[in-house]
Amino acid sequence: MLQTYLSQVWTIFSKDLRAELRTKEALNASLAFSVVILLLLSFAFEASEQSTSISGGLLWLAYSFAGALALNRSFARELQNDCLDALIASPAPSSALFLGKALANYALLLVVELIALGVFIIFYDAHLSGNFLPLFGVMLLATWAMVVIGTLFSALTVNLHMRELMLPVLVYPLLIPALMAAMLLTSTLLSGEAITGDNWIWVRVLVAFDIVFTALGVVFIDTVLVG
Amino acid sequence: MEATGNALDVNGVWKYFGDFPALNNVSFHVAPGSVVALLGRNGAGKTTLLRILAGLSQPSQGTVKVHGAEARKEVTRRRIGVLGHSISIYDELSAHENLLMFGRLYGIKQPAKRADEMLEKVGLGRVRDGLAREFSRGMRQRLAVARAFLHDPELLLLDEPFTSLDDKAIAVLQSMLAEMRQRGRTIVMSTHQLREAMELSTHIAFLQRGQIAYAGERQQEMLDDAGWLYRTYGDI
Amino acid sequence: MRDYFLYGFAAIAAMLLTWNLHHIFIDLPPVIQNVGAYKIVYMHVSIILASFIGFFVSLAASSIYLATGNLKYDAFAAGVTEVAVVYATAGLALGSLWGRFAWGIWWTWDARLTSMLICWLMYLGYLMLRQAIPEPTERARLCAVLSIFGGVGVTFVYKSIEWYRTQHPAPVLSFRQGAGGMGPGLETPIYWNLLALLFLGTAMIMVRMRQEQVSREIDALRRIAHSHAA
Repeated sequence: MLQTYLSQVWTIFSKDLRAELRTKEALNASLAFSVVILLLLSFAFEASEQSTSISGGLLWLAYSFAGALALNRSFARELQNDCLDALIASPAPSSALFLGKALANYALLLVVELIALGVFIIFYDAHLSGNFLPLFGVMLLATWAMVVIGTLFSALTVNLHMRELMLPVLVYPLLIPALMAAMLLTSTLLSGEAITGDNWIWVRVLVAFDIVFTALGVVFIDTVLVG
Repeated sequence: MEATGNALDVNGVWKYFGDFPALNNVSFHVAPGSVVALLGRNGAGKTTLLRILAGLSQPSQGTVKVHGAEARKEVTRRRIGVLGHSISIYDELSAHENLLMFGRLYGIKQPAKRADEMLEKVGLGRVRDGLAREFSRGMRQRLAVARAFLHDPELLLLDEPFTSLDDKAIAVLQSMLAEMRQRGRTIVMSTHQLREAMELSTHIAFLQRGQIAYAGERQQEMLDDAGWLYRTYGDI
Repeated sequence: MRDYFLYGFAAIAAMLLTWNLHHIFIDLPPVIQNVGAYKIVYMHVSIILASFIGFFVSLAASSIYLATGNLKYDAFAAGVTEVAVVYATAGLALGSLWGRFAWGIWWTWDARLTSMLICWLMYLGYLMLRQAIPEPTERARLCAVLSIFGGVGVTFVYKSIEWYRTQHPAPVLSFRQGAGGMGPGLETPIYWNLLALLFLGTAMIMVRMRQEQVSREIDALRRIAHSHAA
């Protein structure tokens, strides 16, 4: 049973990834958009000693905008030939569809974020000072938060006229606790410090957020998809 | 239709959109091996009913059982094949990849081999690795037919399958339906083509404004004069 | 019968508010800790509390709708959310006014105001979603899921922003601090106002629920008319 489930999740995951890599539409758009945002932000905030304190904010701003672009397409891609119905009618449980898609979005976003991080380091003359692994850890946690909420709401808004507008309106307020935690942790790490006692609470916030909203997503995806 | 060890049991199904009953106490039963033509005007509720049978939608009230198990259960969905209005294949994947993906979702043994078999059957064997978006419309329709029959379903649900199919695709679909009938599978097909409906079917379910106006065997009068059904049972 | 309740609740709310506001403006000292406009707090805190209560009641009603499928619960959830958003708007405005009088600034990014603003945005999204879905059952289903996510989100937003910033006055209500932070007799008007607001809110929700019911009937009649015309 578990093996069937995992194989279904994997099938959806690889289907989404393969389709995306063939066209690279969302990948290119997200990447381009994040670079543009970083560029614009670098005009607004000059790279300086002070800017390290807001560096986390800038980076995650860019990540969240680029992420919204990619996540919008998640379930919308299924609309093209009414594939969503074919998936729902298949034996795969809705939660398998959800997790498969979420994981595919996750992989995609992480790639975009890593490349954007490189661009960021160049534009802002930032220094990782050996903090790459903790930073990557923060990226793993916070990106999953974005993906989980974004994928669920992508399913929720899939049939709406104003889908592209509704998705950011619904997703961003809900994501603020996770984004805020990510921004604080990233700023700390990019200014060369390690995550100390006080800051661990933000790691806990991220973990709690991920667990709670993944559970909620898995529970409610069926209600959202089946009318 | 009496209730037997049925392929399909629909009992007291209501479907509300707000306070509006799109389906109003729909009940009928389908014995295995029947070919049921689901008839009715546009807006009568045929698509709504088919979506519920396919597990795409939940009834507000009532139950649907396929071979004794509820429609939305996994084991049931494995036995149902659906061919709707739209094509339901992925443009960015190849013909083979499309079938392989669905094959895996349906838990078919040796999905790659089965995918190749089906592609041959619908005449797409030579373009197995071509991306679906490069196909002509007719080719994509045939691919959709292959997808619907891929897992050898026991119950086939078809929503106006013959509209918007080209000649080749119609021929392919008809031959696969004939094969299904020979093997004793059950088919429920909504259609506007009264002529074909009467010729192909063994039973008729006639929906009018969400209610069953007639559910039973296809009578001789229907075969002789396709409009007889509407005149006799129409307008509840 | 139902109308009696509706008018009754509204009347109780009006009486409570009149009595309480009279007490606040006449009986309580004019200035405390050099803040003349401190009396804003009596409406501000109550209305914010009422708003939060509304968000969680909406979560509960939405859950019940999903469990039962009875559209009355959806109408109730919609009504509660709308009233909660209205209260939140008023609460934000009053808070802004207080800030102007107490600290000289119209807005500050402190914990409470920021949390409230974010929650306000979330539920504004709920109201937008309601407008965006024409079919009543689908609307009820999707909005119910959103309301549940929103209720959980409110908790996260509130706690995490509290850990992040604190300029806003620290909790003074006795149930948050243990002892009476405001002084005897000074705290109870807040609760009387809260009660009044809850009665008022209930009356408004009842009106709203009837609106939803009529709107559903019209929608159904329209569909029936179309199905006959076809």
